[in-house]
Amino acid sequence: MEKYINSYVIVTVFLILGIAFPIFVLWLGSLLRPNKPTLQKETTYESGNEPVGDSQIRFNVRYYLYALMFVVFDVETVFLYPWAVAYKQLGLFALVEMVIFAGLLLIGLVYAWKKKVLRWNSI
Amino acid sequence: MQHFWDQPLSWGTAGIFAAAAIGVLAFVIFFVTYAIYFERKFIGWMQYRQGPNRTGPLGLLQSVADVAKLLFKEDTIPKKADRGLFILAPVLAFVPSFAVLAFIPYSLNLQFADLNVGFLYYIALSGITTIAIVVAGWASNNKYSLLGGMRSAAQMISYEVPLVMSVVGVVMMSGSLNLRDIVIAQEGYFWHWNFLPQILGFGIFLIAAVSELNRTPFDLPEAESELVAGYHVEYSGFRFAFFMLTEYIYVYAIASLTTILFLGGWNPPIPQLDFIPGVLWFFLKFAVIVFCLFWIRATFPRLRVDQLMGLAWKVLLPLAILNIFLTALGIELIG
Repeated sequence: MEKYINSYVIVTVFLILGIAFPIFVLWLGSLLRPNKPTLQKETTYESGNEPVGDSQIRFNVRYYLYALMFVVFDVETVFLYPWAVAYKQLGLFALVEMVIFAGLLLIGLVYAWKKKVLRWNSI
Repeated sequence: MQHFWDQPLSWGTAGIFAAAAIGVLAFVIFFVTYAIYFERKFIGWMQYRQGPNRTGPLGLLQSVADVAKLLFKEDTIPKKADRGLFILAPVLAFVPSFAVLAFIPYSLNLQFADLNVGFLYYIALSGITTIAIVVAGWASNNKYSLLGGMRSAAQMISYEVPLVMSVVGVVMMSGSLNLRDIVIAQEGYFWHWNFLPQILGFGIFLIAAVSELNRTPFDLPEAESELVAGYHVEYSGFRFAFFMLTEYIYVYAIASLTTILFLGGWNPPIPQLDFIPGVLWFFLKFAVIVFCLFWIRATFPRLRVDQLMGLAWKVLLPLAILNIFLTALGIELIG
């Protein structure tokens, strides 16, 4: 039990140090670096041209479709890992069950493939 | 670290843990400094150039000089950027990359946190960096960085699926997610290491890992010739440095994970060589993998974006699922 708690204490220590380090370095940098903002420096970079329009726009739906597929298969892995850890004790029945489960998801992948979700045509 | 695990928690042990974490941070920064130096040097040699050779003896201080330059550089934030998110993004990218280093076992006696969730801890945390990249791309309010951030997110989530699934075979063979148990299960001669019985999973893991790291040939998010620099085009000074630092810390993490999951961790190739300490074996394998990453970068041209996404979903994902069932059948038949 002690080992379990201590392991997570170490994780917490790493997390705190991970947060503190960038804050410290950026603070240190703010003491050392010059700060002379001008209007030209603060324009958005667009290869030397005057920036046109806004960039926080509604964006290509294709990325959303990939995100949906990612969620489906990532949830599958959440089910796969406990199964994989216990596989040697579970035997053939669990294997058949997992074949059915993965098979159902693969049908989804084939459907997306046929619907040309996986084909990339712009941006 | 081992005997501190079983002691009840006190301020003393917490202080030792904090000192250890600072030690890891210092070591990793040292690694990143010289990984960048050797990357430039090796790629230089491979392309018949010298690489950095002016700053300090043999150019050894080049990366140190670069860091100092970034620290003294003015930090500009564009007027149109979303200021809060713009400042948050580099920190959000860095924190998980450092936190994943807490659980890597370097040898039987050198490991910080011993987590039973093991590999899942890495997957869970490294996913947060994707969010930071989208945030950076969005908050910059710049067309290049928006495209770069979106592409990067799409690429990272697409390759995360085969990356995660290729490890399932390893987990099935060792019956545990704990990295320590996975290494112990690979004891013996080098043909007992997972990379031979799991050769398909090993290949998928390597390809997906290079892509997760956004490195050539999969470095579309920061394709210099098309997107200038991708999601960090508006960042300067030390905020930019944190994105670079994050990238190289993930190189460190992925090279360590490949060593642990597929190349037997701290085990020597033949048990007769076990008089050489395990840490040395670990870092030898680690160095070979880091070198291979540099070598790949010097050798391959960049993929097209449609080829990139097609490779993840049409080739690697079905192969990774096939690998799981081949492993299951193998365990069923051989035992």
